[in-house]
Amino acid sequence: MSARLTVVRAGALTTVQDLGRPGHAHLGVPRSGALDRPAHLLANRLVGNPDGLATLETTVNGCAVCVSSAVTAAVTGAPCPVRADGRPVAWGAPVRLPAGAVLDVGAATAGLRSYVAFAGGVDVPPVLGSRSRDLLSGLGPEPLADGVVLPLGSPCGPPATADAVRRPGPPRGELVLPLVPGPRDDWFAPGALAALAGGRFRVSAASNRIGLRTEGPALERVVAGELPSEGMVLGAVQVPPDGRPVVFLADHPTTGGYPVIGVVDGAAALAEAGQAGPGVRVRFVPARG
Amino acid sequence: MTAVPRPRRVGRHALLVEVDGTAEAQALHAELLRRREAGTLPPVTEIVPAARTVLLDGLADPRSLAAEITTWTVPPLPPAEGDPLVIGVRYDGADLAEVAGLWGVAEEEVARVHSALEFRVAFCGFAPGFGYLTGLPPELRVPRRATPRTAVPAGSVALAGAYTGVYPRSSPGGWLLVGRTDVTMWDTGRDPAALLVPGRRVRFEVLA
Repeated sequence: MSARLTVVRAGALTTVQDLGRPGHAHLGVPRSGALDRPAHLLANRLVGNPDGLATLETTVNGCAVCVSSAVTAAVTGAPCPVRADGRPVAWGAPVRLPAGAVLDVGAATAGLRSYVAFAGGVDVPPVLGSRSRDLLSGLGPEPLADGVVLPLGSPCGPPATADAVRRPGPPRGELVLPLVPGPRDDWFAPGALAALAGGRFRVSAASNRIGLRTEGPALERVVAGELPSEGMVLGAVQVPPDGRPVVFLADHPTTGGYPVIGVVDGAAALAEAGQAGPGVRVRFVPARG
Repeated sequence: MTAVPRPRRVGRHALLVEVDGTAEAQALHAELLRRREAGTLPPVTEIVPAARTVLLDGLADPRSLAAEITTWTVPPLPPAEGDPLVIGVRYDGADLAEVAGLWGVAEEEVARVHSALEFRVAFCGFAPGFGYLTGLPPELRVPRRATPRTAVPAGSVALAGAYTGVYPRSSPGGWLLVGRTDVTMWDTGRDPAALLVPGRRVRFEVLA
């Protein structure tokens, strides 16, 4: 019998995530994948996994799972208390769990999403080359539910030592996102980019894996009418008719009909966007270079 | 169709190439696929056609490709080869009467008119396997419903604007429903998962 996890406490929203399924956007398939990609990569490295193996992505209040056999696990991303059979164990480091142990990933003390890697990875059947749950189109394994059993793969390498890894610091009180203007910045009033940099936006509670929604002053448009649907990229800052920008995250639609004023630059910034909870102040600053 | 494609910057790794209309976008998409096949296009993760653009994502150097694209002469779409995909439809949709009224024909004429046309998948989006099919002449274009339905059944064949589409699964939707098919449009257990891919030609066939 191969190793498996049994979900003891699913948490608010815990999904299986890997590097997603890029290359299918022309069929209307979102890329999906871990929102905080650096944290996903780090968790895998800590347990000796290649980058592409699947981890668990928790939301706000963690999750708990029971392991069927001895396995190495690691928790990264949003810092949180971690317990093995009730005893505190390290966050951001490999933890050896004995057979039958319950790993409890607690509520995030900063940020939103923790990543839980197990040696061998969560080995559910891939869909279009990925094990990621895509919440927009419903591809990939269902979000975790209490009692569900998930298979684990075979461990494939030695865990990394603690000094070989970068520990993400606690997210800043303000989310600063470097922005490359375009492709439709000419649809907006000249002051729109300055308004984005001005810091009067906050993260909306309506944010999810599809997009980071904001609350704040409406951006003023100078081109009226509708934009015919066009292809969308990760990090696109789309401005719907209410004028409040939405930053497209991993499960974003592949095409859209609202103008994109700019694109957030870089995996690190998008990872921070994936960790920013409701009420966090957002500034979109000009990207360098 | 000799207008120059107009590239727009999309972050550091993508280009949105704008043209004048859907036919031009289809021609540019076909040209990009030809060049990728021939190995003359730089490596790219996604080529996403849309209404009057093609997005290229995952480029190492979008600026140099942008400069190059403006020198291209994109040939018109090549003439159709082979047989179109034929999709059997029962024309009994909930909006059949409304479409008949908009077209100025009897209800039972909608099936004959629609199934006599040939369509082409211009682009996909909205949901995996949902294709936007062009081929409706301008006089047959119809508006969307003022209030979208909360659930449109899978297999519904529907019209909106210049497009025909087939809902690959049950979902909310605002298109006018003219019929339904039993063909599975999207199945991740099948290769290929999507029946409707950009560039594919399609005909609808009346099922009794």
